[in-house]
Amino acid sequence: MLRYITKRVFAMLLTLLIIATITFFLMKLLPGSPFNNQEKLSESQRYALNEKYGLNDPVPVQYINYLGKLAQGDLGYTFQFDGRTVNSMIVNGMGPSATVGFEALLFGTLVGLVLGIVAALRHNSFIDYGAMILAVFGIAIPSFVFAGLLQYYVGVKLEWLPVAFWNGPEYHILPAFSLSVGVIATVARFMRTEMLEILGTDYILMARSKGISKNAVIIKHCVRNSMIPIITILGPMAIALITGSLVIENIFAIPGIGEQFVKSINLNDYPVIMGTTLFYSFLIVVIILIVDILYGIIDPRIRVAGGKS
Amino acid sequence: MEKLLELDNLHVSFQTYGGEVKAVRGVSFTLEKGESLAIVGESGSGKSVTSKSVMRLLPNKIGFIKEGAIRFQGKDLAKASEREMEKIRGAEISMIFQDPMTSLNPTMTIGKQIMEGLRKHQNMSKSEAKERSINLLKLVGIPNPELRVDEYPHQFSGGMRQRVVIAIALACNPKVLIADEPTTALDVTIQAQILDLMRDLQDKTGTAIILITHDLGVVANLAQRVAVMYGGMIVETGTVDEIFYKPKHPYTWGLLASMPKLNAESKELLAIPGTPPDLMNPPKGCPFAARCPYAMEVCVENMPDATDVSSTHKAACWLLDERAPKVEPPEEAVVGGAR
Repeated sequence: MLRYITKRVFAMLLTLLIIATITFFLMKLLPGSPFNNQEKLSESQRYALNEKYGLNDPVPVQYINYLGKLAQGDLGYTFQFDGRTVNSMIVNGMGPSATVGFEALLFGTLVGLVLGIVAALRHNSFIDYGAMILAVFGIAIPSFVFAGLLQYYVGVKLEWLPVAFWNGPEYHILPAFSLSVGVIATVARFMRTEMLEILGTDYILMARSKGISKNAVIIKHCVRNSMIPIITILGPMAIALITGSLVIENIFAIPGIGEQFVKSINLNDYPVIMGTTLFYSFLIVVIILIVDILYGIIDPRIRVAGGKS
Repeated sequence: MEKLLELDNLHVSFQTYGGEVKAVRGVSFTLEKGESLAIVGESGSGKSVTSKSVMRLLPNKIGFIKEGAIRFQGKDLAKASEREMEKIRGAEISMIFQDPMTSLNPTMTIGKQIMEGLRKHQNMSKSEAKERSINLLKLVGIPNPELRVDEYPHQFSGGMRQRVVIAIALACNPKVLIADEPTTALDVTIQAQILDLMRDLQDKTGTAIILITHDLGVVANLAQRVAVMYGGMIVETGTVDEIFYKPKHPYTWGLLASMPKLNAESKELLAIPGTPPDLMNPPKGCPFAARCPYAMEVCVENMPDATDVSSTHKAACWLLDERAPKVEPPEEAVVGGAR
């Protein structure tokens, strides 16, 4: 197991290096430069700024310098504020983003699982159809539509919850709920399909023939085995929630990492673009690794080679 | 002998989009303590449905017992509640399924799967149940049971898995074991081992066995009595000797004739022409009439009653009526070449 993880970590680092390289050169192809749009700057001031941030060097040299700093965990300074590091921007922005993403994922998965299980157990009933119609809506309608509707009805009309900003727990509810709708729908559909398939297998019949109560069979044999595909989709979904939340962060004016990402692209803030991209990529590869390890825990058949010795 | 299980005029139907499928239409038989009864017949004859009805494991809402009784030690299982059935399943009556590759939960250790029933029915502690599981694995001939008890099904071969399934079924010393085609999915060499094991265990535990199969070789190996099913009905019952050496029903002749023989001169395999009847609209007469080479007018119109051939041998065929012409079984249906 340890050897497997070491191998995977090396592959992860290589992936990140490739992403860093591609992003770096693509970013240099962006039109304009960081200080171009500030017309009040004179030619010499602009030169001095470029010199300060090393932007007058040839691109390959900048690339090598960047990698050198990156290896030490230093993502450089933002161009937007004097003396502020990208590291600190990510750390500050990460808090709200991760919170909203995690809350949406947790709530969405739990509700989705329950909905899927109930739909499967009441197959072809009113509850089943109702749950699946809801699920189709949840998948088809983008989260920002829900966000707008919730802001208007719950925030403005009923005044139950704050419309925007990030000043306490009650500010989490609307953005997290808007984000979780897609999760609920996806998880519920997967869970229902998987449950129905497993309910029809021989080993469920076998378990029932042992005299175990129906509920125990469903919980011990059926739900657990139905979770395997859920874990697969949960990985990419977690990533989508954290990265995709940038729209929601903008709508609710949450000072998260997604908001900064969008702003940095508009401003040609190279270190922030690089930093957030690499940070997102890092999250993705780590989550994929976690999913692969979780897989082995739930399903002994796919326990990784060399796992037992 | 003591009557353990008695099916009385059992009717089982399935509600489908197309209409009601009458899968079992009046099946009656008895099973005595410690005896083994084979139910034979081709696919769709209602064998498996009969056995699942005894366990009350018919697919929910779709399959239902329409009529008749399943008396087990004086109690009618056809009317038992789900809770009552949970006490009987696994403890009094248990079941072995056809395909050992799919009948074990892939994500649970086999030890846990054996222990489930023990913990439920015999209130054993975890350690007691584990010890008993190891003993059971030993009993069914699995080497290194102390180690293998913590392994997962995918670490076992097909034959070994079927042994595990048998261990699960026998865990609580049931009085009746229903084996639904226990060897069909296995290699021929493994089949013999599993049959030996079942016979062995029956000697040791005195469990009565209902063996569901389409393989007459398996029947000869394990059963004392045979019930031949066709079109949802039992068309002939008798001891193994009676069914193999003095069969009376043309369908039984067909089954025997279609058994591949080593000493056969022709290399062709014999088949019974035609297909089983449509059980959505079952024929009003004998279900086999359409395929029977000896069918008479009366066969299409009326279902024959079971005629006693001997005290243990019954067949439902108009040929046994005294007014019917005398018909001898075809040569291919004669087992061992001797009449």
